[in-house]
Amino acid sequence: MRTLKFLLQKEFRQILRNSMIRLAIFVMPVVQLIIIPLAADYEVKNINLAVTDHDHSAYSQQLVSKITASGYFRLTSYNNSFKEAFKAIENDKADLILEIPRGFEKDLIRENEQKLFVAVNAINGTKAGLGGAYLGEIIKDYNNDIRLKLVVPESFNPFPVIDITSSNWFNAEMNYYFFMVPGILAILVTMVGGFMSALNIVKEKEAGTIEQINVTPIKKHHFILGKLIPFWVLGNIIFSIGLIVARVVYGIVPVGSLPVLYACISMYLLAILGFGLLISTFCETQQQAMLIMFFFMMIFILMGGLYTPIESMPGWAQVIAQFNPAGYLIEVIRMVVLKGSGFRDITPHLVKLGIFAIVLNGWAVFNYKKTS
Amino acid sequence: MAEYVIKAEKLTKKFGDFIAANAITFEVEKGEVFGFLGANGAGKTTAMRMLCGLSKPTSGKATIAGFDIYRQTEQIKKNIGYMSQKFSLYEDLTVLENIRFFGGIYGLDNQQLKSKTGQLLHELGLEQEAKKLVSEIPLGWKQKLSFSVAVLHSPAIVFLDEPTGGVDPVTRRQFWDMIYDAAHRGVTVFVTTHYMDEAEYCNRISIMVDGKIEALDTPSGLKERFNAPSIDEVFYQLARGAKRVE
Amino acid sequence: MKQFLAFVRKEFYHVLRDKKTLLILFGMPIAQILIFGFALTSEVKNSRIVIMDQSRDRGTQQIISKIEASRYFDIQQDILSPPQVEAAFKKGKIKMAVIFPRGFYEDLMHQHSARVQVIADASDPNIATTITNYISAIILEYQQDLNETLQQPYRITAETRMLYNPQQKSVHSMVPGVMALVLMLVCVMMTAISIVREKETGTMEVLLVSPLRPMMVIVAKAIPYLLLSFINIVTILVLSVALLQLPVNGSILLLLAVSTLYIITCLSLGILISIKTATQQAAMTISLMGMLLPTIMLSGFMFPVENMPVALQVVSNIVPAKWFNIIIKAVMIKGLGLGAIWKEVLILTGMTVFFLVVSLKSFKIRLA
Repeated sequence: MRTLKFLLQKEFRQILRNSMIRLAIFVMPVVQLIIIPLAADYEVKNINLAVTDHDHSAYSQQLVSKITASGYFRLTSYNNSFKEAFKAIENDKADLILEIPRGFEKDLIRENEQKLFVAVNAINGTKAGLGGAYLGEIIKDYNNDIRLKLVVPESFNPFPVIDITSSNWFNAEMNYYFFMVPGILAILVTMVGGFMSALNIVKEKEAGTIEQINVTPIKKHHFILGKLIPFWVLGNIIFSIGLIVARVVYGIVPVGSLPVLYACISMYLLAILGFGLLISTFCETQQQAMLIMFFFMMIFILMGGLYTPIESMPGWAQVIAQFNPAGYLIEVIRMVVLKGSGFRDITPHLVKLGIFAIVLNGWAVFNYKKTS
Repeated sequence: MAEYVIKAEKLTKKFGDFIAANAITFEVEKGEVFGFLGANGAGKTTAMRMLCGLSKPTSGKATIAGFDIYRQTEQIKKNIGYMSQKFSLYEDLTVLENIRFFGGIYGLDNQQLKSKTGQLLHELGLEQEAKKLVSEIPLGWKQKLSFSVAVLHSPAIVFLDEPTGGVDPVTRRQFWDMIYDAAHRGVTVFVTTHYMDEAEYCNRISIMVDGKIEALDTPSGLKERFNAPSIDEVFYQLARGAKRVE
Repeated sequence: MKQFLAFVRKEFYHVLRDKKTLLILFGMPIAQILIFGFALTSEVKNSRIVIMDQSRDRGTQQIISKIEASRYFDIQQDILSPPQVEAAFKKGKIKMAVIFPRGFYEDLMHQHSARVQVIADASDPNIATTITNYISAIILEYQQDLNETLQQPYRITAETRMLYNPQQKSVHSMVPGVMALVLMLVCVMMTAISIVREKETGTMEVLLVSPLRPMMVIVAKAIPYLLLSFINIVTILVLSVALLQLPVNGSILLLLAVSTLYIITCLSLGILISIKTATQQAAMTISLMGMLLPTIMLSGFMFPVENMPVALQVVSNIVPAKWFNIIIKAVMIKGLGLGAIWKEVLILTGMTVFFLVVSLKSFKIRLA
């Protein structure tokens, strides 16, 4: 115990004395948590629309104004030829083209049916998909308006109609920040914890101080604990700062209880710090450690379901995703913060994170050799 | 009968095909200042790292303070001090913090820590610098501080790997005074060096060439045997034939 | 020149000797391409849902089997009570609940109107919107089936064509991003760190007293990374074409040329960072936080720039990756020529010159 006290004293002093680390711990997360959600806004709005109107009728005007009034679209070009509209797509001035055929109004009344053409720049899949869907929705609405105007309402509706009432739970205003901020907080904790712990031991290797430690009677698990505990405390501090930022800046108040949240983050930190320590036992230089950590971080973040759902991945990728601790944290934080899930709901996640923590730290202790 | 604190018998370390230390056999008595000489790459550091429990030997036997270097490395570590070639105190801790840290992990209690720290700072004349970061003090002081930290917990043996590299002559002299002081207190000193004048200060010296111990005696005994006026000359005669040159 | 080549050779030894680093440097783009190409998709499918069917009649059975047949949904279990629905949401097991009230089919047939309640987990608003649309479409299709014989008047239909990327794969927007990211990593971060490392260990001073001009010492350090990056670019391109069937619609030569320009931009940025910082950790923090994050966040390859607040849109202009991203998309996917991208090329060139001039200036000051 006494040994541990001295180790902890040393680590805390070194960490807090390093201005780079202080910056990385206390300033960076706040800045990132404020900026990243603004940038990582996947809510699709302001879709640039080019309209090629061959009809120039009252109907085509109405349709266009209905589309622009929806708030999702911004009319960037209105012209007579598809070629011109296509050029707008090539120049990134437009994401979508709506082509209204000649005689649209006249033929709709005469033939009872009309076709509109929509061309979507699908390089960005999400935007294309949602943009197309929104436009389809508006056209359907417009169709109903026309029908109401043209058809004399009958007292008896001969068509069976299913009335779909949809409600959105847990985020009724559909605020995208509510979704992203907790996820980004999870990523921040992962990044800071992972990099710090991975670089720390390697730094002692590079400086040669680890030799001096290795000739002392310090027990392996004391040494690892001495490295683990300070970053565990700092991780919790970063998380707390993050919660405050989320509340003050984005107005996100966790629906679930704080003890549940802290139970998750504490368990998770043990796992990710163990991972960092494990990496450090494999590396000789900080450059190596950083690069390897970066490699895994990238996989953790991309496969963690931060913005693309894990269920949509193919089977093999879902299997890999099971071994991603960050994925569990992202999910669990969102569950507790947005849905108010309790201990009972997240027990499976906690158990899995616990297994990660045991395996990774055990491996790190095993792999850290005082003797070569 | 003399009491041996280091006994090595045919100690060997191979890295692949390369034999860094080849069946080295020697004994060191309690309280002795034992010099370990050899050209760069002769295997001095490898031998020392094995004795400290930092590196597992490929074959051979050795005991340090009565403990086996295969099975009892942790007991050995309680009984030795080590100062490596590379300066290895924490540059981002102060002088005082370094002393307290290493004292603490060697299990000194608070009272011992307090008295030892005070005594040490006084002896080194570092009272003014106690609160300075180690990175801010000159190399000579750093080396003296390293040595003091290595013997802080009164080990039976202290291993010094080229402790005076790059240090000015005056500081070197002071450094050797500290080594003698320690030896007087009964600490066995095992030291590697390149400086032949320093070799003369040792009770006994061994000279390693190409992983083997080629000669082992008191400085005067060696000079007699090789019919040489100085250790420098003895070393030159032996090392001339070395195949490994860095 | 001979001396310069000797330096370059020494730098190659450094780089090639560190096998772990090399492995990661070459493995990174491959892993990224695999993840982006095969694992990540912006298409939402296999969403887990529950159905609470209080009616259990012909109508609901038919709708449920339609949902079952769709690849968008994965029906978890039958649930009978509202509290169970809420519990399932809280356990994170489901994304949506569909509730049929009692007497659904009867109402539909006799009253000509029936109700379905759809509850989506809107933690992720985009997914909630998407799957609500999917389920509505399925239900409406059923309704259409019932009305097959009766035609509604005045139908307007939209025929949608997806340009460039008919399957809406995310690779198309990701590949340029992966390139930008890997190059950032190799050129900026690795170059900066390896130069600062020599400063830290003191070997830089030895190099600086050599007869070679000091700036050339630095340039020599950057050359192996230039080559590494070029190999990476080619690897990414070959993989995307061979594995992901991504088209290269424009000129390959132009593509490689603009990539080289971007590599040089990144290298000069790496050199600038290395000159301005003193420790590896500082270089790392600056490249990681100051360069990599903006590259991921602000270059427009993951998140559309036009959605961002104006301030961020302005900031995004100084991120080299943003311009590279535009260039690559134009050349590779849209098949446009130099005429369409000269502005962006000019901007990147300007940035490179700026970085190099500032580096040279600060380097001279440091030496003086």
